[in-house]
Amino acid sequence: MYKVKVYVTLKESVLDPQGTAVKKSLRMMGYDDVNDVRIGKYMELTIGETADQLDAMIEEICSKLLANPVIEDYRYEIEECVPQ
Amino acid sequence: MKFAVIVFPGSNCDVDMYHAVIDELGEEAEYVWHDETNLDRFDAILLPGGFSFGDYLRTGAIARFSPVMNEVVKAAELGKPVLGVCNGFQILLEAGLLPGAMRRNDSLKFICRPVLLEVKNSNTMFTNQYAPGEIIEIPIAHGEGNYYCDETTLAKLKANNQIVFTYHNENPNGSIENIAGIMNKQGNVLGMMPHPERAVANLLGSHDGLKLFQSIVNQWRESHAIKA
Repeated sequence: MYKVKVYVTLKESVLDPQGTAVKKSLRMMGYDDVNDVRIGKYMELTIGETADQLDAMIEEICSKLLANPVIEDYRYEIEECVPQ
Repeated sequence: MKFAVIVFPGSNCDVDMYHAVIDELGEEAEYVWHDETNLDRFDAILLPGGFSFGDYLRTGAIARFSPVMNEVVKAAELGKPVLGVCNGFQILLEAGLLPGAMRRNDSLKFICRPVLLEVKNSNTMFTNQYAPGEIIEIPIAHGEGNYYCDETTLAKLKANNQIVFTYHNENPNGSIENIAGIMNKQGNVLGMMPHPERAVANLLGSHDGLKLFQSIVNQWRESHAIKA
C-alpha cells in the first residue's frame, strides 16, 4: 500500500483573497513579521501496491482532477504504508 | 427549437432555466440528468447554476466528469449553442470548453443582487437581439465569480471579440477586465456568471435576460431557413 500526500496551492501569480484576509488578521493580532499567507489544500490518497507506474498515475490524477493547472500548482510525496 | 436543461446533483437554477424557455420564450425544453449519454435530440444545451456536487474540490471540477459532459463537448463541436450560467460557466471552464478559471470573489463574500452589464459583443448567436454596447440589468449570485486567465489568453479573448459581457460601473468580484461572460473562439459556447434566466419578466425585476434566449432562437431559425 502507498499513502500519497498531495499539496495543491495557488500559483504565485494568482492573488489569494483568503490568504490575504488571514494575513490581515494575523497582522492585527500583532504578528508583524508575517509577510505573506497562501492557503492551499492537502489531500491523502491510499493506493494499492498493485498500481504500477505510480508516478505517472498520480501526475494524471493531479493534473486532471485534484488541481486546476490554470491557477494551481501541485506536488506530492509517496510513502509506503502497511494496511491497517 | 428544443433546449436541454442539464441537471447535476446540486443544480438549483434548473427550474428557472426551464421556466425561461417554456413560459417566457415559448420553446421546448427537457430536464436531462447528468448521466445521460445522448443529446442528439436537442438543438441547444443549457448548463444551469447551482452547486453541482456541493462545489467539492473546486466549483465544477467534479461535474465536468459526469457522463453527459462528453455529449456536451460533442454538441459544442457540432456548433450547437451551449450556454453555461454561473455554476454552468464554472463547469465549462473546468471542462476546457472555455479558457481560464474561477477564483473566490475578492471580497470573499457570496454576492446576490442585480448588476449592470455592458453587451461588449452583440454580434453573436447569444446577443444578436441586443444593441452594441447596450447596458442591461441581470442578477448575479455567486461566491466564486472572480474570472482569471493569463495575459496570453486575455489577449486572444480580446482579439477574437470573445468577451461578451462586462460588469458596468463596478466590478463585484474582482474578475480581470471586469469580465462577466466569455465565449469560445467558434462563438457557440457562452459562459457567464450573471443569471439571464432570472431576468425574463418584469415580475422578476428585469426582462433584460430574455433577449439572450431570443437571440439563440433567432440565430437557429435563420440558419435553418437557409438550410431549408
